[in-house]
Amino acid sequence: MSDKEQCTLDSSQAKKINLPNAENKNNQIKLTFKSRSENVALARLLASAIVSERDMTLAELDEIKVAVSEAVSNAIIHGYQNDRECWVEMSMELTDNELIITIHDDGVGIEDIEEAMKPHFSQDQDRMGLGFAFMHSFMDKVEVASIPKCGTTVTLTKKLS
Amino acid sequence: MEIISKLKKYQNKEWLYLQPKGELDMACADEFKETIIEGLHKSGSRMLWLDFSQITFIDSSGLGVILGRYRELEPMGGKIIITHPHEQVYRLLTASGLHRIIDIDKPVSVKYTKEGM
Ligand SMILES: Nc1ncnc2c1ncn2[C@@H]1O[C@H](COP(=O)(O)OP(=O)(O)OP(=O)(O)O)[C@@H](O)[C@H]1O
Ligand SMILES: [Mg+2]
Repeated sequence: MSDKEQCTLDSSQAKKINLPNAENKNNQIKLTFKSRSENVALARLLASAIVSERDMTLAELDEIKVAVSEAVSNAIIHGYQNDRECWVEMSMELTDNELIITIHDDGVGIEDIEEAMKPHFSQDQDRMGLGFAFMHSFMDKVEVASIPKCGTTVTLTKKLS
Repeated sequence: MEIISKLKKYQNKEWLYLQPKGELDMACADEFKETIIEGLHKSGSRMLWLDFSQITFIDSSGLGVILGRYRELEPMGGKIIITHPHEQVYRLLTASGLHRIIDIDKPVSVKYTKEGM
């Protein structure tokens, strides 16, 4: 992570994906928290809180919570290799019919995104390799932007009825 | 994470019965795993009974711990059963495919009974 100056991911791509233009009427929240396992619950809570005034089933709420949990866990475990002193950035935008959540880390990045997204049995005997599969099956859209040695941005979109 | 741990007789076998409470994610995955390993070690049992009636959330980190224990117990003739999962937790257990290798109760909306213990 030495050549940070060359990392354009958070400044350009994240903006393109999510960040507001001045006219945006939608509610938006941006939160930065330390890469610690106890913050995963906080991220889930925040995601379910922002949709609380919408009519959601328990199943839909849980789908959002699982997807957020997977993306944030990946940022901490893989992106930052369990280093507790880094920053994870979560932004959320609630439109009339969509919830858009981005999870960003400035971690190691992903060499081959397509390969990483395939459900696999991981090397680690205590991992199922199901995180991305859950994000895909529980959200309507999953976008991953990543630059090796720079970081990863995962954008999760859920349609709201 | 709060985990009730007991030894129970069931189907003529001695089971390590664990009832963890709360959300089973990466924050408590290690503790959950250690409790299982230690409990099995101390009791000498290879039968693991997970009562999920108090688990309100699970993600791949929690599911991974269960798969890991299955991989250890299965070659030794051990077994894992999961009882009383909440509906959302049950959904994840089946979505992960764990229900194909582990006995899992259907999610129950009726009150938890002590029958068969
Ligand atoms: N933020 C990230 N930074 C770096 N690598 C990542 C990131 N997110 C995912 N990956 C890579 O993608 C792979 C697949 O992730 P996925 O969440 O599907 O499975 P897993 O994390 O290995 O296992 P599980 O989620 O079931 O515990 C990871 O093993 C990791 O190599
Ligand atoms: Mg993962």
